[in-house]
Amino acid sequence: MQWEIVVGLEVHTQLSTKSKIFSGASTIFGALPNAQACLIDIGFPGVLPVLNRDAVERAIKFGLAVGATINPVSIFARKNYFYPDLPKGYQISQYELPVVQGGSIKIQAGHYGSEHNKNIRLTRAHLEEDAGKSLHEDFDSVTGIDFNRAGTPLLEIVSEPDMRSSSEAIAFAKTLHSLVRWIGICDGNMQEGSFRCDANVSIRRLGENTLGTRREIKNLNSFRFLQQAIDYEAQWQIDTLESGGKIQQATVLFDSSKRETRVMRNKENAQDYRYFPDPDLLPLEISQKWIEQINNSMPELPMQRSCRFMAHDTTSYADALREQFGTKPETNPDILIKQSCHMATVNDIHKIYALSAYDAAMLTADITTADYFEEVVKIVGNTHAKLCANWVVGEIITRLNQESKIIVVSLISAQQLAGLLLRIVDGTISGKTAKDVLNDMWNSMDGVTADAIIETKNLKQVSSKEEIERIIDEIFFTNPRQVSDYRNGKVKAFNFFFGQVMKATTGKANPAQVKKILAEKLIA
Amino acid sequence: MLNSSLKQLSALLAQKEISSVELTCEFLKRIKALNPNYNAFITINEEMSLAQARNADAIIASGDAHPLTGIPIAQKDIFCTKGWLTTCGSKMLSNFISPYDAGVIEHFNKIGAVNIGKTNMDEFAMGSSNETSFYGPVKNPWNIATVPGGSSGGSACAVAARMAPAATGTDTGGSIRQPAALCGVSGIKPTYGLVSRYGMIAFASSLDQGGPIAKSAADLALMLNVMVGFDPRDSTTLQREKEDYTHDLGKPLDGLRIGLPREYFVKEMSDDVARAVEAAITEYRKLGAKTVEISLPNTKLSIPVYYVLAPAEASSNLSRFDGVRYGYRAPKYTDLNDMYQKSRAQGFGAEVKRRILIGTYVLSHGYYDAYYIQAQKLRRLIAQDFIEAFKQCDIIMGPTSPTTAFSLGEKSNDPLRMYLSDAYTIATNLAGLPGMSIPAGFGNEGKPVGLHIIGNYFSEAQMLNVAYQYQQVMDWHAQMPFTQ
Repeated sequence: MQWEIVVGLEVHTQLSTKSKIFSGASTIFGALPNAQACLIDIGFPGVLPVLNRDAVERAIKFGLAVGATINPVSIFARKNYFYPDLPKGYQISQYELPVVQGGSIKIQAGHYGSEHNKNIRLTRAHLEEDAGKSLHEDFDSVTGIDFNRAGTPLLEIVSEPDMRSSSEAIAFAKTLHSLVRWIGICDGNMQEGSFRCDANVSIRRLGENTLGTRREIKNLNSFRFLQQAIDYEAQWQIDTLESGGKIQQATVLFDSSKRETRVMRNKENAQDYRYFPDPDLLPLEISQKWIEQINNSMPELPMQRSCRFMAHDTTSYADALREQFGTKPETNPDILIKQSCHMATVNDIHKIYALSAYDAAMLTADITTADYFEEVVKIVGNTHAKLCANWVVGEIITRLNQESKIIVVSLISAQQLAGLLLRIVDGTISGKTAKDVLNDMWNSMDGVTADAIIETKNLKQVSSKEEIERIIDEIFFTNPRQVSDYRNGKVKAFNFFFGQVMKATTGKANPAQVKKILAEKLIA
Repeated sequence: MLNSSLKQLSALLAQKEISSVELTCEFLKRIKALNPNYNAFITINEEMSLAQARNADAIIASGDAHPLTGIPIAQKDIFCTKGWLTTCGSKMLSNFISPYDAGVIEHFNKIGAVNIGKTNMDEFAMGSSNETSFYGPVKNPWNIATVPGGSSGGSACAVAARMAPAATGTDTGGSIRQPAALCGVSGIKPTYGLVSRYGMIAFASSLDQGGPIAKSAADLALMLNVMVGFDPRDSTTLQREKEDYTHDLGKPLDGLRIGLPREYFVKEMSDDVARAVEAAITEYRKLGAKTVEISLPNTKLSIPVYYVLAPAEASSNLSRFDGVRYGYRAPKYTDLNDMYQKSRAQGFGAEVKRRILIGTYVLSHGYYDAYYIQAQKLRRLIAQDFIEAFKQCDIIMGPTSPTTAFSLGEKSNDPLRMYLSDAYTIATNLAGLPGMSIPAGFGNEGKPVGLHIIGNYFSEAQMLNVAYQYQQVMDWHAQMPFTQ
C-alpha cells in the first residue's frame, strides 16, 4: 500500500533580546546557574511581568518577513501546569490571539537537480517565555534547577501540516533557521537550544484527503535528529497500521541513541492547561506606525536577494519579484524593487548579476555569505559576477563546509579573494594558478594578499606577445616535421605545440594568448 | 494622642512636641498591651520599627519632612516588606522573609513613614471575617465575640483599637470596606490601576487593589497621596498626573446628586443597618445633596460572577506556592507529585483550597466557555450598569455590608452565607470603580454600621470630600471602642 507522510512543525526560536521577555534580567547564555534569574524569573510572591518591547519587535519582523498578518491586538495567556522548573506554575504564552497569524515560507526540497519548490503555510507565531532547566545528572539523588533560561523570550512558529516527507521538513526547518538569523531575531545556535523543533507526524493512504491521527515528537534540537525522528516515526506508524493496529494521539520523545520514539503522554493523560488571559498584562497593541517603522528597517529578504542575483535586467528582476510575492502586475517595477530592498540605495537596485538558480540559492543561504559575495563583486566588478560566484561557491563555501565552518569565520576576507580574482581578470595568472595562490592564502592565515604570493613565488603569467612569439619560433625551428604535418592537415599537432609552449614557460604563459598567437603563426 | 488625626500627629512631630521614636514607642506599647486580645498583628519588629523612627527623626530635623514622615503605619501582611516576615496570613508563607519591598511599601519608606507591624488577614485575602488566617481570627474591638470583617480585618481592627493611626489594606471584593464598616473606621478602595500591585501578593489580579484604612476621610486623603502612583513594574497601573487628594476637602455639597440603587435597599439588609444608612442619607440632604433613585439591574449577578472570576485567577496565582523555591514544604514526601500534593495540602487552609478547586474547575476544558467566558461578559454588563447610573448621579450610596459584625464562627462553616456579606462591595471591584466605607453610627448591640460610597472612575478626591463633609457634622468616626 502507498502511504503519504504528513508533517507539521512547531519551532521554538529564542529571540536574541538583551533582557528577558518579562523582566530585566540578562539572557546571555552560559552564566553560572541562577546568576541571571531575578525575583520575577523565579516567580516570587507579588512580582509582576512587564513586556519587553524588543521581543515584540522581533516577532513583528518575523511576521513581515513571511507575509503574515500582524494582529493589532494580541493577548497573553497563562498556560497552567506544575513543574519545578516552571516557577510560577504557569507559562505566559499567547493562545487565542497570537501576535503573528498566517504567512508562508517557500522551500526547495529534494536533491540538487531534482529539487522542487513548495510553499509551506504558517498557522501562526506567538510570543512566550521559556522555562528553567532541571538538572538531573549533576547532583546525587536530587534535582537541581537553573532558572537562568526562565523568562527567555521565545517565538513559537507553527506551520500547517504541509510537508510530505522528512526531507521537506528539513528543508522547511533549514529555510526557517536561515531566515530568523537573516533578519537578526535569533542567533540560531542549536547546541544552546536557540532553535528547537517539535514535529507533528501522521500518515494516510495516498490520495486520501483527511488527516490521520498525529503523534507529536518533542524537542528535536538538530536537523539530523529531526530527520531521523520523522523517518522512524512515519515507518512505525506505517508498520502499526499495516499490522492492523491503530494510532493513538500522543506526545512522544525521540531517543537519539536508540533511534526510536517513545510515548511521553497519550490523549487520556493529556494535560489540561486551563488557558486564560493573563490579568497582569494588558492586551498587546501594535500600531500601524510601529509596524511601518520596523518594515523600513527590514533587510532585503533571502528570496528577494536571490531574485536580484538571478536577474538579467530591471524588468526581469521586477517580474521575478512579482512572481515570488504575488504583487499586482501593474505595480511600477522601480517601486516594486525599492520596496523589496528597503535599505538599498538606488545604486543597489542595479546590482543584478544574472546568476544561475543554483548559485543564487547557495549565495543566499545566509546573510553573511550573500554580503561576502557582494563585497567581492563590488571590488572585482559586476561584469565578473559569474566568476565571483564560481569562486565563492566552488572554493570558499566548499572549503568551509569541509572544515565545518561558516563564512563569518572564513579564513579569507572578501578583499583578499577579490584581490585574487582581479589577477585572473587582468590575465596576470591563470585560473589554475589562482587555485594554488588561494591554497597559500588559506593556509597562511595572516591575511596575505594574492599579489604578494604571486610576487614571491614568481607566478606571473607570460603574456608579452614578443616573448611568446620568440618561444614559438624556437619550437617551430626544432620541430620542422610537426609544422609541415600541421600545414598538411594534421590539426592534432596544434595540441603538441601548445603543450611545448606551456612546458617551456613552466605553465606561466597565458593560455588564451598562446592559442591565439600559435594559430596565427601556423597559418602564416 | 490616640485619637489624633494624621495632620495633628504630623504637626506634633514638626513642632518637636514629640519625636517619631516616642510616637512609635507609644503605639508599640499599645500593641503589646492589646494585641494578645485582638490578634490584629502577625508580626511586630520593634527593632526595625524604631530604626525607621530614628531615621524619620533625622529627616524631620533636616527639614525635609513629608506630612506622613515619622508616622507609624500598620501594613497588611499581603505587602512584601524587605527583611520582614511576609505571610499573607498563610502557613504556606509562614517562613517567608521577603527579599524586596512592594511598590506601596517603597512609597511609605521613601517619605520616612514607620512600619509599626504587619497586620493579620484572611489567608491570601480570601475571606470576609478574618477567620481563615493561619494566625487565628482577629477580634472586633467593639465586641470581641464578633468578627472584624475581612480580609483586611487586622488593619481595620488596628485602626479601630487605636493600635495604629492608619493602616494599609487591599480590596478584591470588599476587603477594605467591609472590615472598615464592621470595625467603625474609614477605608477606601481606589479606582483599579491607581495603586501599584507590585509586591502585593496576588489573589485575583484583575480585582485586587490596595488602599488605606484610617480614622477619617481627611486621613485617607493623606494616605492616598502616598499610595497612589504609576509603577513601571505593574503594567496595570495607570500613568496619570499626580493628584492631591486633599484638594477637594471642604467643598460644599450643594447640588450633589446621590444615587440610591433600588437593588441595594432590599430585605437582605438588616433593619439596624437600614436605619443607620437612611439617617446618614438624611444628613446628606441637610448638607445640600439631592437623592435620586437609580437602578443597577445586574446587582444580583455580582456574587456569582465574582466567584467564578476571582477563584479562576486565584487558582493560577497561587500555583507558584509549590514548596520548590520558598515557603512551606511538607517534611516528608516520596516523589515530586507527593511533594506538591502534601506541601499544598498542608500549607493552604480550607477556604484557599476551596477557591483553588473552584477556579481550576471553571478554567477546565469544557467548562471554560460556560463559566469563565460567560462571567467575563456579565462583568462588562455590571460595569455598564454603573456607567448608565453615573449619567443620573454624581455618587452612589448604600450600606457597605448587609449586617453589622457577626459572631465568630457564625458563618465560617457556611461559605455561601459568608460570600453574601460582600454583596454590596463586589460590583465596584468588577467594574474597577472606587468604593469607600465610612462609619454611619451604630446598630443593635452598639455595633458599627458602614455607609458605602461609590464614585465614578478617578473621583476619589470628590468621594473623600463627600465623606469629609459628613464627618464635619457627625462624629461617628471619632468614637472609639472601649479597649481591654
